[in-house]
Amino acid sequence: MRRARRDGGVPLPLLVPAVLGIAFLVLPLLGLVVRAPWSSIGPQLAQQEVGSALRLSLFSASLATVLSLLLGVPIAWVLARSRIRGRSVLRALVTVPLVLPPVVGGVALFLAIGRTGILGRPLYEHLGVTIPFTTTAVVVAETFVAMPFLVISVEGALRAADARFEDAAATLGADRWTTFRRVTLPLVAPGVAAGAVLCWARALGEFGATITFAGNFPGTTQTMPLAVYLALQRDPEAAIVLSLVLLAVSLGTLLLLRDRWLSRSTVG
Amino acid sequence: MTLAAHVVVQRGSLHLDVDLTVADGEVLAVLGPNGAGKSTLLRVLAGLLPPDGGRVALDGDTVWDEGRAHVPAHDRSLGMVFQDHLLFPHLSVTENVAFGLRTRGVRRAEARSAADGWLDRVGLVGLGDRRPGELSGGQAQRAALARALVVDPRLLLLDEPLSALDARTRLTVRAELRRHLAEFPGSAVLVSHDPVDAMALADRVVVVEEGRVVQTGTPAEVARRPRTDYVARLVGLVLLPGAATGTSVALDGGGVVSIGEETTGPVFVAVRPASVALYLERPTGSPRNVWPVRLVAATPHGSEVRCDLAGEVPLTADVTATSFAELGLAPGAQVWASVKAADVTVYTR
Repeated sequence: MRRARRDGGVPLPLLVPAVLGIAFLVLPLLGLVVRAPWSSIGPQLAQQEVGSALRLSLFSASLATVLSLLLGVPIAWVLARSRIRGRSVLRALVTVPLVLPPVVGGVALFLAIGRTGILGRPLYEHLGVTIPFTTTAVVVAETFVAMPFLVISVEGALRAADARFEDAAATLGADRWTTFRRVTLPLVAPGVAAGAVLCWARALGEFGATITFAGNFPGTTQTMPLAVYLALQRDPEAAIVLSLVLLAVSLGTLLLLRDRWLSRSTVG
Repeated sequence: MTLAAHVVVQRGSLHLDVDLTVADGEVLAVLGPNGAGKSTLLRVLAGLLPPDGGRVALDGDTVWDEGRAHVPAHDRSLGMVFQDHLLFPHLSVTENVAFGLRTRGVRRAEARSAADGWLDRVGLVGLGDRRPGELSGGQAQRAALARALVVDPRLLLLDEPLSALDARTRLTVRAELRRHLAEFPGSAVLVSHDPVDAMALADRVVVVEEGRVVQTGTPAEVARRPRTDYVARLVGLVLLPGAATGTSVALDGGGVVSIGEETTGPVFVAVRPASVALYLERPTGSPRNVWPVRLVAATPHGSEVRCDLAGEVPLTADVTATSFAELGLAPGAQVWASVKAADVTVYTR
């Protein structure tokens, strides 16, 4: 009994702010659910604009995740395993988008691959390729903002994995690439999966960099978060419905991650 | 199939400088305390750690020579068994054993059947579909041995292969390992801090302390004539360095020991604890080696009690539990220790 009380008891100076904090976090979500126009949810979702925004969001977030996997896993390997110099600088650079305001990210993308950007101008002049305000731009913006989540997650998994398995593979005739494919990657697969889910969720919710770099054109660049923002100004009910969809997706992501993320933080 | 290596590694407080040769079919044990650089040495031989100097040659092919040759681990023909088996947890036991064949381009079906053949040889019939986590420690280490041997390596490296096993499993796995090593045609290097493993498995023992080779010989030689305190303690002897003239040895630490045969020059005197007798009164009569000593510690050791003795000549005595009780000994007691001159072993330093 005494033990239970000691484990369960929370000092008042901690309890009150904790309860307030939880209420603060939960109340808005509750508001969303309570005020949702449940009767008109079907017709709202059936609107053509909603459907295309949802499709575009899912498509571009998924493509951004695939891109992040292709580029981010190698970055994580370099950060965790290689002995090249300046790795800490490299890590800082790679993770800048984590803390950068997304709008700034969008502006930076403009200066890099916009029509007059340092890489964008030759692309446009020689190949006739323009990236801003296209679906490509949506994917680029989302990848820019979301990839660091994947890199951080995979690098952590690589550091936690026992590198001696890689030694064992080397003594069995596996070169570094074979070792990576056959041993390292399978060992860190859960970390890669968690990173991918996190990356996908971040890409799905991307707003600032997307609206700056890709604009807000229904059908080509208007993703769900953009549609929510726009709808809020003329049709609040639609905004609530769209928000509910995004909330459902977020909760689903959280459930997917539950085993790896939440359980680890309670155990650790 | 021979290994010739001169390995120099400077790493923090470790200064490793060791020369090794291992002949065809020979098993060399590298014996030494923790931190002596044994595992570092093995990692250099495997190609997992670039040394700071020296040369490693396998069958006359130089695989490491500073600035001239650098053959990475995966291009060397070797098999390695680690202390905690390091079977890949995401692969089945058969896939683990087949791994080395697959990386060398053997077709899947062929590799699997070769792996299953080796699983039979190490006594793991029918366990090939399990995951490594479902094996006992002994089974996992057998699978690890099969994984290392399936590719017919020229060099087999064993890093403390038995030390993670419990005492009972250890006995059986050691006996099996002995059999497999006898059949293994290449050179084998075993690293251990346990003299029993080294003595049971190796044809030759190299003792490494603080990065240097301090003794080389057959297991019997090393056991009978240890050259350092560490080895002496491992094989259960008390080692007393001194200078001999005629039939007496003046010990470096003070005191004189009478010996059975005449010799001169710097020598080691080795005393078996079982040949040391304890008396409450100074014994009269034949024994010439009699010293007053103080009992420092007494540890039960089977049916005997191991007595650590301090005095001019530091000794260890094994007395039966009965006589220990009859003498009424307790730590701190002042007693007389005696050894017959014929019972001490003397050999040159």
